[in-house]
Amino acid sequence: MENMDIISVDHVSMRFRLASEKVDSLKEYFIKTLKSQISTNEFWALKDVSFQIQKGDALGLIGLNGSGKSTMLKIIAGVLKPTKGSVAVRGEVAPLIELGAGFDYDLTASENIFLNGALMGRSHEEMESHYEGIVEFSELKDFIDVPVKNFSSGMIARLAFAIATIGTPDILICDEVLSVGDFRFQEKCHKRIGEMLERGTTLLFVSHSIEQVEGLCNKAVWLEHGNVKMFGECKEIAEIYRTAY
Amino acid sequence: MGVFWTILNPLFMMVVLSVVFSNLFKFDIEYFPVYLLSGQLIFNFYNEATTSAMGAIIDNGPLIKKIYVPKYVFVLSRVFSSSINLLASFTALIFVMLAMRVELHYTVLLVPIPLFFIVFFSLGVGILLAAVTVKFRDIMHLYSVFVTALMYLTPVIYPMSILPEWLEKIVLLNPITNILIMFRDVMMNNAVPSITSVLLAAAEVLLVMAAGLYVFYKRQDTFILDI
Repeated sequence: MENMDIISVDHVSMRFRLASEKVDSLKEYFIKTLKSQISTNEFWALKDVSFQIQKGDALGLIGLNGSGKSTMLKIIAGVLKPTKGSVAVRGEVAPLIELGAGFDYDLTASENIFLNGALMGRSHEEMESHYEGIVEFSELKDFIDVPVKNFSSGMIARLAFAIATIGTPDILICDEVLSVGDFRFQEKCHKRIGEMLERGTTLLFVSHSIEQVEGLCNKAVWLEHGNVKMFGECKEIAEIYRTAY
Repeated sequence: MGVFWTILNPLFMMVVLSVVFSNLFKFDIEYFPVYLLSGQLIFNFYNEATTSAMGAIIDNGPLIKKIYVPKYVFVLSRVFSSSINLLASFTALIFVMLAMRVELHYTVLLVPIPLFFIVFFSLGVGILLAAVTVKFRDIMHLYSVFVTALMYLTPVIYPMSILPEWLEKIVLLNPITNILIMFRDVMMNNAVPSITSVLLAAAEVLLVMAAGLYVFYKRQDTFILDI
């Protein structure tokens, strides 16, 4: 059974120091040390969170603002290291945490396709083979040689989504991505995610919209103030969630 | 044309400095422009590589916050792009040597040794700086002062012979001095670098690299919290 877990989150806690307490220069450090003002005002964004995801599952992370959803995703994507506990991820992760991350805004769309590919560890040749598909899906054929800084946010979202979802990654991480773009494009994204799920991709999905989560996921984790409030079948949790808020 | 531009800058710099210094201070050095340019080449590389490496993590903060990327890559890219400039300046140096009819000796073939040392020495310092600057931003300002002091402690514009004995000792303690002397030996003086200076440079490079990597790996998980 243990091997079936593609992602296992094991007693993860994440601590942040509050910004007001941050010392970011030697000067402050010395002054504050002399005045012995270095205090440890901490904030635990996640407290002892554990759950497992099996291959092919679609897990929705739900919760209010500040409940630790995005922090959880960032830890799974490897961007953040948990303060305590561990996360084991077996497979290739395609992170869609923020659309347009890793874009160089001075480069053109086509150059960014290759740049982003490189950031995800894909070779130039591999990207070459996906290039047509990306251009077609993002519907940016006429703007492919325009620097990305001149793009609208919808265009950036389309391009980023198209790049991140090429091929069949083992794990796709989506953080409120689908709230951008127009209705038609959202549909298109949903369809694409659905197709990927059919091919065996594991999905991690964060959204405020419980309808979106219900439509895509079979399991859900409900976070509240950094604690797991519920973990289990999506349908049951969605019902309780709705009545709770 | 682009390559030409990159060697133009060090060339002009050398013209300005050699005019100033051969009129202002009369150092008794044969081929003073070549002496100066070679010193500039080594020191400017060190300065450029470490200063740009220092900001590597902070400047790429937005990216590090969103995607997992091995973080040393940013430092590596800064140092190696400076290395390209180093090669351009080296080409300029060769041109100047040819134009001034400085005799080129076979020892020039040994030039990869000092260049290798200075690149990896700068890389080690750069990694260390990149890691600590994330936490203490004002190191950036302090470091520019430090580099200026370091430049005067490196025989870039003056010959070692003008130094009083006590100062000479201090200047020789500077690892860049050793590498620079090695560089000038093979380029201008038809001399093979001595085993002692090679071993000393190798030890210093290893030490700096080890310190840099240790600090970097120890701190890299907290970068994201401080960016």
